[in-house]
Amino acid sequence: MKRIQTIETRDLKKSTVEGGCGECQTSCQSACKTSCGVANQQCEKCLNEE
Amino acid sequence: MIHQFKLNGYNIVLDVFSGSVHAVDEVAYDIISMYKNKSKEEIIKAIQSKYSDISTSDIEECLGDIKELENNGKLFTEDIYADLAFDFKKKNTVIKALCLHIAHTCNLNCEYCFASQGKYHGERALMSLEVGKRAIDFLIENSGKRRNLEVDFFGGEPLMNFDVVKGIVKYARSIEKKHNKNFRFTLTTNGVLVDDDVIDFANKECHNVVLSLDGRKEVHDRLRKTINGKGSYDTIVPKFQHFVKRRGNKGYYVRGTFTHNNVDFTNDIFHMADLGFTELSMEPVVCAPDDPYALTEEDLPVLFEQYEILAKDMIRREKEGKPITFYHYMIDLTGGPCIYKRISGCGSGCEYFAVTPWGDLYPCHQFVGDESYLMGDIWKGIVNKEKQDEFKLCNAYARPECEDCWAKLFCSGGCAANAYHATGSINGIYEYGCKLFRKRMECAIMMQVDKSLNK
Repeated sequence: MKRIQTIETRDLKKSTVEGGCGECQTSCQSACKTSCGVANQQCEKCLNEE
Repeated sequence: MIHQFKLNGYNIVLDVFSGSVHAVDEVAYDIISMYKNKSKEEIIKAIQSKYSDISTSDIEECLGDIKELENNGKLFTEDIYADLAFDFKKKNTVIKALCLHIAHTCNLNCEYCFASQGKYHGERALMSLEVGKRAIDFLIENSGKRRNLEVDFFGGEPLMNFDVVKGIVKYARSIEKKHNKNFRFTLTTNGVLVDDDVIDFANKECHNVVLSLDGRKEVHDRLRKTINGKGSYDTIVPKFQHFVKRRGNKGYYVRGTFTHNNVDFTNDIFHMADLGFTELSMEPVVCAPDDPYALTEEDLPVLFEQYEILAKDMIRREKEGKPITFYHYMIDLTGGPCIYKRISGCGSGCEYFAVTPWGDLYPCHQFVGDESYLMGDIWKGIVNKEKQDEFKLCNAYARPECEDCWAKLFCSGGCAANAYHATGSINGIYEYGCKLFRKRMECAIMMQVDKSLNK
């Protein structure tokens, strides 16, 4: 596309089927302890696939 | 829903419900902004009056591209997650993480401490090994099929009760294989008691360590004082440097809090980097609005600018081969969380609990000491089912204020404790935190765009 570049991302709709294993880290167990940011958590399944 | 923003020379379009990110030129940026509420003719007219050299066919081609992205589920994707959010959390009954309050006491006297110098508005107390071991059993018993279990040694200052920390780890390691579990321990410390024994232990056993440092000496010492009122910077910095040096590739964060006193907090992050630390986190202080160091509305534009400065400088450092990591900018667009994680949030009060030194359970560390949020204990389990249900229903779709917010799948509706302290309800929102959060996400997405386009 001439004017639009699409960055590779995980398809969230697709993850309704493949996601939900619950093995990923609880966000407050990392560094914040005072805010809820879930987007920066790694998907455990994706990590294992790597 | 889409979100459009311009940052660091990029025109960025986020498609909220698919998670797609597009970097576009000015013309496409404007066409996308009109796409859903103007006719084709109106768009062509508006674009040609703004850009003199754009032909009709050129605009039509761009409209065709947008249509293609829409058809492929990458733009203007519909929201189909609301029902999932409530069902998923309701069904989820396992516990997978505990924050163990090893010591309700501290060897520092930090003014802004939400735990009120480690005591959580109660008496000083240390967790016994017996309570700690029972907490591990409780976690295993309630974890269902989840294999990875997380335990954070928290306080107060957990190293004031280090023998119990070691005893708990030894116990957990002795039974984890039998139960097909994998414990991941985190130690959060102010550094005062860090020595080689602590370092050896943490490097062997802890998946992550969180080291509290606020940045520049004058900033750190202003609020992070010893009981005698002396600054703690000179004591802890050499210990943290030694700790991190010996940590190798294992995870750590040097984590600070910024306040109204240092709204130029990027200088504190850069100072941490100058000290040799690369894994960094810096959080806005959460406190009562009348505290002298509370962040103000007037601080907001300065903070927004600071986040941009940080993002741009991190891109520069990356290109120079000396990258630093900032916790809130760590988004992985391809390997990040699935939609269930994004809508259900941190898990407080459902899959994550805080355990007091005497074994009581609270939804998370920030509720400890508030008796109305006492959920049960590690012997009887969760008895306050009514409160647990409240947390189960608390998700990205629980708050009317989040309905039109593009960032809700990045924060899941925000921190329940912050919402409670700001509004009296876990289903409220801490608007100030939301504003900072959205800015951080724009910066984080921009950095990913930069990385992707400059591969």
